Amino acid sequence: MTPTDLTLTRSIDARGMACPGPLLNLIGAIRAGQVGDVIEVVSSDAGSRTDIPAWVAKAKHELVAVVEDDGFAHFVVRKTH
Amino acid sequence: MPARVVVLGGGVGGTLVANLLEKHLKQDATVTVVDGTGMHLYQPGFLYVALDQANALWLTRDERTLLRRHVELVVEQATKIDPAAQTVTLSRGGSLPYDYLVLATGSRLDREAVPGYDGTHDFYSLDGALRLREELRRFRGGKILVGVAGIPYKCPPAPVEFVLMLEEHLRRRGIRDRSGVTLLSPLNRAFTIESASKLVQPIFEKRGVELRTFFNVDSVDPVRRNVTSIEGESADYDLLVLVPPHRGSAVIEASGLGDAGGWVPTDRNTLQHTAHERIFALGDATDLPISKSGSTAHFEAPVVASRIASLVRGTAPKTAYAGRVMCFLETGGGRATSLRFDYAHPPIPPRPSRLWHWAKWAFNRAYWITVPQGRVG
Repeated sequence: MTPTDLTLTRSIDARGMACPGPLLNLIGAIRAGQVGDVIEVVSSDAGSRTDIPAWVAKAKHELVAVVEDDGFAHFVVRKTH
Repeated sequence: MPARVVVLGGGVGGTLVANLLEKHLKQDATVTVVDGTGMHLYQPGFLYVALDQANALWLTRDERTLLRRHVELVVEQATKIDPAAQTVTLSRGGSLPYDYLVLATGSRLDREAVPGYDGTHDFYSLDGALRLREELRRFRGGKILVGVAGIPYKCPPAPVEFVLMLEEHLRRRGIRDRSGVTLLSPLNRAFTIESASKLVQPIFEKRGVELRTFFNVDSVDPVRRNVTSIEGESADYDLLVLVPPHRGSAVIEASGLGDAGGWVPTDRNTLQHTAHERIFALGDATDLPISKSGSTAHFEAPVVASRIASLVRGTAPKTAYAGRVMCFLETGGGRATSLRFDYAHPPIPPRPSRLWHWAKWAFNRAYWITVPQGRVG
């Protein structure tokens, strides 16, 4: 599955955004969103590969897809509650 | 006929854009700043006021004194923007036509969005900082929690700075051994930037500051003195200091120019509204996923001013915003580090030292005669 197969509610291009960073932007989007929203964050930060899945698991949302690209990755998350 | 440029907001970004435009364009433009209070606030000072390290008086100046002589200042609230008619409606019923509009409207605090927020404190407004100062003066020991109740928020390093400076404050007053200090971090580390976290976390351990990770504040029970997170955890407190949720300005929302949070959809390089080429945005007002800080506005302002000047003169734009931000991070004990980065270069913070602490102090002191006039860049 790639992010384009999904209907995204919102996409955030956080590439090169050191501060506040991709995960904080994702948390903000999840907080502001509705249950069922599908949110994509694009990150070039290597830390996102561990940080984003860890938070999604802890907060009990759903990591729908992680798609690697050239030097960055798309993280697609569904808000479940 | 000179171009009419209207700037909404007299903070760092609005003041600097207006002064630079007047300087570049002289008689080719009229520049008008619209600000609801007419007072310019130096917000990085709130932290020092809350911790009794500075007097509130040095944080405010009359906006008129910061603007170049030929920049007009209208002390009135902008209530509505009509991008089709190119006009701004003012609170007393008047309206201002524009050829180019700059949204430097900042962010506003939305404390009501957090259930139970009334029982908490913050250092994100002058009133909040003064109230927290009084509370801390009365504080004789207990558990202090510092958390974040909404994203985005201004100055992402501020909660880290606050806990480290608070720990030092309690020690100086001789009540550290009766007090617990905990940072409820939204992330799985102390700080958003990993390299900065690596510098800061050993300091937390050394000073006995507790770090609870992945704790994004959801609601507060002020009677039971308990706070819960969106991750489903809870924590008890004696004193709770929260970063309140932020929203974009009311005039952006009333005019339908923002997203669901009231932030202006902005091109990350040109700083133009993505749907209206005559409207620019900078600082907190934008929806860019970069830090909301005076530093961001400071580095964006010359780009906005230069691009508007090019449009007025009919020449090709010479600059674009590359994501440049620079800020200081106090680590307590008279030491600080600095963070410098842009879209292409992540920050490599130096070890905390007295040098950066004094650099921050000097910047704070010199702010009024440097930044609004464009004397440092």
